Amino acid sequence: MVKLVIQRVALGLMLMVAASILIFAGTQILPGDVAQSILGQSATPQALANLRAELGLNDPAPVRYVKWLGAALQGDLGTALTNKQDIAKAMGQRLGNTLFLAFWAAVISVPLAILLGLIAVRYQGRWPDRLISGVTLATVSVPEFLLGYIVMFLLAVQFRVLPSVATVYDSMSLGEKLNAIALPVMVLVLVVLGHMMRMTRAAILNVMQSAYIETAELKGLRPFTVIVRHAFPNALAPVVNVVMLNLAYLVVGVVVVEVVFVYPGMGQYLVDHVAKRDVPVVQACGLVFAAVYIGLNMLADIISILANPRLRHPK
Amino acid sequence: MPDALLDIRNLRIEATVYAPGEPPRDALIVDDVSLRLDKGRVMGLIGESGAGKSTIGLSAMAYGRGGVRITGGQIFVNGRDILAGGAGDLRALRGAEVTYVAQSAAAAFNPARKLMDQVTEATLAHGLASRAEAEARAVALFARLGLPDPGSIGNRYPHQVSGGQLQGAMTAMALCPQPDLVIFDEPTTALDVTTQIDVLAAIKEAIRTTGVGALYITHDLAVVAQVSDEIMVLRHGKMVEHGDTRQIIEAPRADYTRALVSVRSIEHEEKRPSETPVLRVENVTASYPGLPIDVLKNITVELHPGQTLAVVGESGSGKSTLARAITGLLPPKRGQMVFAGRTLSAQMAGRTKDDLRELQMIYQMADVAMNPRQTVRTIIGRPLEFYFGMRGAERDARIAELLDAIEMGTGFADRYPAELSGGQKQRVCIARALAAKPRLIICDEVTSALDPLVADGILKLLLDLQAREGVAYLFITHDLATVRAIADSIAVMYRGEVVRYGPKSQVLSPPFDDYTDLLLSSVPEMKLGWLENVIDTRRMESAGH
Amino acid sequence: MSRIPLSALIGLFFTALYFLGAIFAGVIAPYGMAEIVGDSWEPASAAHWLGTDSIGRDLLSRMIWGGQVTIFIAAAGTVLSFVTGSILGFTAAVAGGWIDQALSRLVDLIMAVPSLIFALVVLSVMPVTMVVLILVMGLLDATRVFRLARAVAVDITVMDYVEAARLRGEGRGWIIFREILPNALSPLVAEMGLRFIFMVLFISTLSFLGLGVQPPLADWGGIVKENKEGIVYGIPAALVPAIAIATLAISVNLVADWILNRTTSLKGGRGA
Repeated sequence: MVKLVIQRVALGLMLMVAASILIFAGTQILPGDVAQSILGQSATPQALANLRAELGLNDPAPVRYVKWLGAALQGDLGTALTNKQDIAKAMGQRLGNTLFLAFWAAVISVPLAILLGLIAVRYQGRWPDRLISGVTLATVSVPEFLLGYIVMFLLAVQFRVLPSVATVYDSMSLGEKLNAIALPVMVLVLVVLGHMMRMTRAAILNVMQSAYIETAELKGLRPFTVIVRHAFPNALAPVVNVVMLNLAYLVVGVVVVEVVFVYPGMGQYLVDHVAKRDVPVVQACGLVFAAVYIGLNMLADIISILANPRLRHPK
Repeated sequence: MPDALLDIRNLRIEATVYAPGEPPRDALIVDDVSLRLDKGRVMGLIGESGAGKSTIGLSAMAYGRGGVRITGGQIFVNGRDILAGGAGDLRALRGAEVTYVAQSAAAAFNPARKLMDQVTEATLAHGLASRAEAEARAVALFARLGLPDPGSIGNRYPHQVSGGQLQGAMTAMALCPQPDLVIFDEPTTALDVTTQIDVLAAIKEAIRTTGVGALYITHDLAVVAQVSDEIMVLRHGKMVEHGDTRQIIEAPRADYTRALVSVRSIEHEEKRPSETPVLRVENVTASYPGLPIDVLKNITVELHPGQTLAVVGESGSGKSTLARAITGLLPPKRGQMVFAGRTLSAQMAGRTKDDLRELQMIYQMADVAMNPRQTVRTIIGRPLEFYFGMRGAERDARIAELLDAIEMGTGFADRYPAELSGGQKQRVCIARALAAKPRLIICDEVTSALDPLVADGILKLLLDLQAREGVAYLFITHDLATVRAIADSIAVMYRGEVVRYGPKSQVLSPPFDDYTDLLLSSVPEMKLGWLENVIDTRRMESAGH
Repeated sequence: MSRIPLSALIGLFFTALYFLGAIFAGVIAPYGMAEIVGDSWEPASAAHWLGTDSIGRDLLSRMIWGGQVTIFIAAAGTVLSFVTGSILGFTAAVAGGWIDQALSRLVDLIMAVPSLIFALVVLSVMPVTMVVLILVMGLLDATRVFRLARAVAVDITVMDYVEAARLRGEGRGWIIFREILPNALSPLVAEMGLRFIFMVLFISTLSFLGLGVQPPLADWGGIVKENKEGIVYGIPAALVPAIAIATLAISVNLVADWILNRTTSLKGGRGA
């Protein structure tokens, strides 16, 4: 089992390196010249040459990649083209903000999704199940920004209970911060809740249909005992897996939600600099997002390896 | 009259059927069945799949699988009407008075918990014994059921013990609460024949010493004859016949029971080998890519024109791998195959169209052996078109001939496989193989997925066709009754080797090698007292050594 | 054939409505796409059923033209992802060996990075034109189609009837087109609906972020962006295109669900 976990970690690391190559290559696939496309057709030859030198475009691509990744591993993500700021420094604050937002969204959505999933299974096919499934189907079909504007329109503009723009800064108290991010957290919760609840429901139903659940019922055990002693230990791994996969999904959802609520996080930072064609910032953000995403997926796999009784108690 | 242990009166059970392309409808699964079982007696419920036997068994615990509903009749356990009580009454019944042994113990045990926890769980939940006492009972049962290390096996997880041992543990789980009635639902069906006999003997011994009453559900009359005092025969949810075991086996009254008892009564005279074999497999050794062990070890067998070579063995013996090697799907590492005087290329790609045409194959699961999107006409017609270039009226005429040969009318030509019964599907597969005018057909467990009467029809058809067309069969099976019915020569396989090979009369008569002896003596026979005889003989032999 | 359930009928109605609106945009739109006809954010009136937008263009006309852009890009992306994904998926399944390994590992890698993030990285250097958008979205999404097509085809190639055809000596053409394709079609068609929804959401999100369709042209996501400031003043113009996206997505979902249920019940030939 230890071997399997090590294999999975190694695979995760390989995937991260490969993803960094992909992200790097993604900014090189333009047939022309990055400097040209950043500055536009009207750029002077001098400006082009300067930018090329600054981007290190005179080196061949593999050399630039190795330099870039080597520096990134030491915490040096380079400087932004647009404002010459150190990217690592600018990102640190924003990454903290994004994680703060994602953390509260996860704290609310995970227990809620599991609870709703359990209720849907308990009343399978009856109205609570249908209601929960219907509402969550609607939320997964709706773009994040629509959810964002609907809650903003209702709660911030019509009823004025919460601020429409989520501005946070260091001097705010925790309570003030939480009040500021209430709306984006609500939207993120709605976005992941649907997927998480549906997958949880499917995972538990899958376990509930196993022959050993029938065995337990035929022993005359109480329904609660059947669930706690027989269904729960086997449903735990798939459910934890579901949670991890959806946290990874949260990483992507956060980009749009930050833009909607003008929240000073990683997503906003990334989108701004894509529009400005600030390639070093985009690469750095892409790398961080991919690392978090791959890391969470890896964690999900490791947890399901650890929870498998066949691997925990080998022959 | 004292209260019976189990008294089922006019039971009627319905289920909602979701047939494809049709609105859901209610179907009758059990139709007006009554039975009475006294304390300490064992009743066998026997029938084909769909006879309603498992449904009746579970109804003794007032339990219905899927959308199954009890819609009529009464069920009394120890004189109490179990359908009248509430959920609490049912819980008190299940796992205490009545317990259940499922067909697949591997699926019925919770993979995340130790055997001992699960075996003693019902006893403890119902407060029938203290933990120490329940565990002592379990250990005693493990010993009685012949499990190794009865004292410590309870500390293992289900995946750490073998299938046969797990089935024993499941029986211990059912007996631990000391119930009045145990429902055995095909407890040995999933096991290999040499394992089945041990589990069967252990179950019988446990029933005898505990004096528990039992419903024993199976499709195998020879098995049920060994363990039950009386037998009820079911078909399509109705009772066909009920009597004591001796009467059912020796003097069946209903036609259907007579047919079940006489299944495999086909007599087939062994043919003498001819001069030149149609297929000769020489020293073939094969393994799957990437695996270190050889699945076939130095196999040499011969098959003569118009004859049947039966390849017998249990799961994992390599018998299906032999078929894959002959067809070229798994090219052997060493050895060669000579077919109709030509040396076959090991790779399928290197074979001529005639090699391919003259060597056909029929599969176990007819369901997946036919493309669900093709009609019977396309399925049978394609080989005609492909090998002989037949088109239009000529092809249709030949299709009609072939449908006639498999005893189905031309009306079936435009049906899809989903519209055929299991037996009809297998017949169409036979017609597809025949269409190529082959010299040899490899039959891979072609009857094992079918109910006994249907399987019998298929075997008769195969023998008729052999007599008419002179085609040879390489018949792969685990079922010795089938082998007796149709083989001319037999190869017994065990762990990738042929351990015994020769004409049928010779292979099936003593002196035997150890494995063939074990295999042959393990196949249940439709005789009372067969199980005791075998067990006694084996005890004496092992004592003698 | 059994009757069509109500949910599928509703889905079919709205899907057809949106597609017809997109095809005949030139006929039914009361004004031009970029035509300024009034003040900014006029309320709904007889002349402007949905009011006007942030710079005084007729919102209804803009919605209809925007629908055309959204549906065109999403449909083109879906076709691209389907053709690429299913051809490569079938090839990988039937060929096996190193071709399968190489394609599968490449797809694993692309899917290890979230699509939106990868698209943003690529769009930071590419000129944002409609062709580039369709290519980026279609090729990224082709990875999902590849996985499905490969999985379906692998499931089918291990079936005994495919083995029977190979043993008969049939060529690769017969096996792919006559044995595998007819059985793989229905799950793929149902998946097509889901991919289309994904495309609609993807292009809308990109445009909303300002990285999709560029002004003066606009798709629904772009119209949301143009009017989002209005929300704070209680003007719901931005909600109109957002709701259009959601209803289109839900309708197609309902139709896809129905197709999927129908085809799975067709496949279940062995009954219950």
